[in-house]
Amino acid sequence: MEMFLDILVAVFLILGCLMSLIAGIGLLTFPDMLTRMHAATKPQVLGFLLIFTGLAIHLRSWAVVPVLALAWGMQLLTAPVSAHMIGRSGYRTKHAAKDSLYADELKLVVDKVSSMPATGVIEVPEEEKK
Amino acid sequence: MIEIVMWICGIMLGLASIACVIRVAKGPSILDRVLALDVMLLIISVALCLEMIYNKHTDFLLFVVAACTLGFIGSVTVSRYVSDQRNA
Repeated sequence: MEMFLDILVAVFLILGCLMSLIAGIGLLTFPDMLTRMHAATKPQVLGFLLIFTGLAIHLRSWAVVPVLALAWGMQLLTAPVSAHMIGRSGYRTKHAAKDSLYADELKLVVDKVSSMPATGVIEVPEEEKK
Repeated sequence: MIEIVMWICGIMLGLASIACVIRVAKGPSILDRVLALDVMLLIISVALCLEMIYNKHTDFLLFVVAACTLGFIGSVTVSRYVSDQRNA
C-alpha cells in the first residue's frame, strides 16, 4: 500500500510539473497573444490539482486538504476572470492578432461602441444579434 | 525514489521558468509579459509544494494560497491599466 501511494505521488508530481513545462514551451513557441493565453492556463487548474493531490497523499494527512482546496478553488475562480480581463484588453489594444480568428463575435459590439459618443448604453440591433 | 522524482520535476520547472523569462524579455506587448509572469508565479507555487513534499512539512501552505491571490490581482490590475489607454 505504501509503495502504491508513493508511486501515485510520483506520477502526480511528474504530470503536474509537465503541465508547467507545457505552459513554458507554449509561451515560447506560440505566435500570438490569444494562443499564448491558451498555453498559459494549462498549469492553473489541472497542474495545481495534480500537485496538490500529490502533496496531500505524500503527507498522508487530511488536515492539509481544506487549505489546498481553498488554494485550488481560488485558482478555479480567479483564472477565468483574469483570462477574460487579459483577453479583453488585448482585443481592445490590438495586441491580439485578429486576422487569425475564425469567428469574431465581439467585433459588432466594439465597432458600435467606438463609433458613438460615450454614453454608456450599448444598443445592438435585433437582427444583428443573431 | 522521491529523489529521482524531485530531480525530474526540478529540471522541468527550471526549463519552464527559463522559457517564461525569455518570453518576458521578448514579449511584444505588456500583456504577453503579464501572462509569462503569471505562469512564473504558478511555477514558484509548484516549487513551494515540491519543497514541502521533499522535507515533509506544511509551512508554505499559506504562501501558496497567497501566491494564487497575488497572481490574480496582478494580472487584473495590469490589464485594466492597459485597456484604459487604448486610444493612446
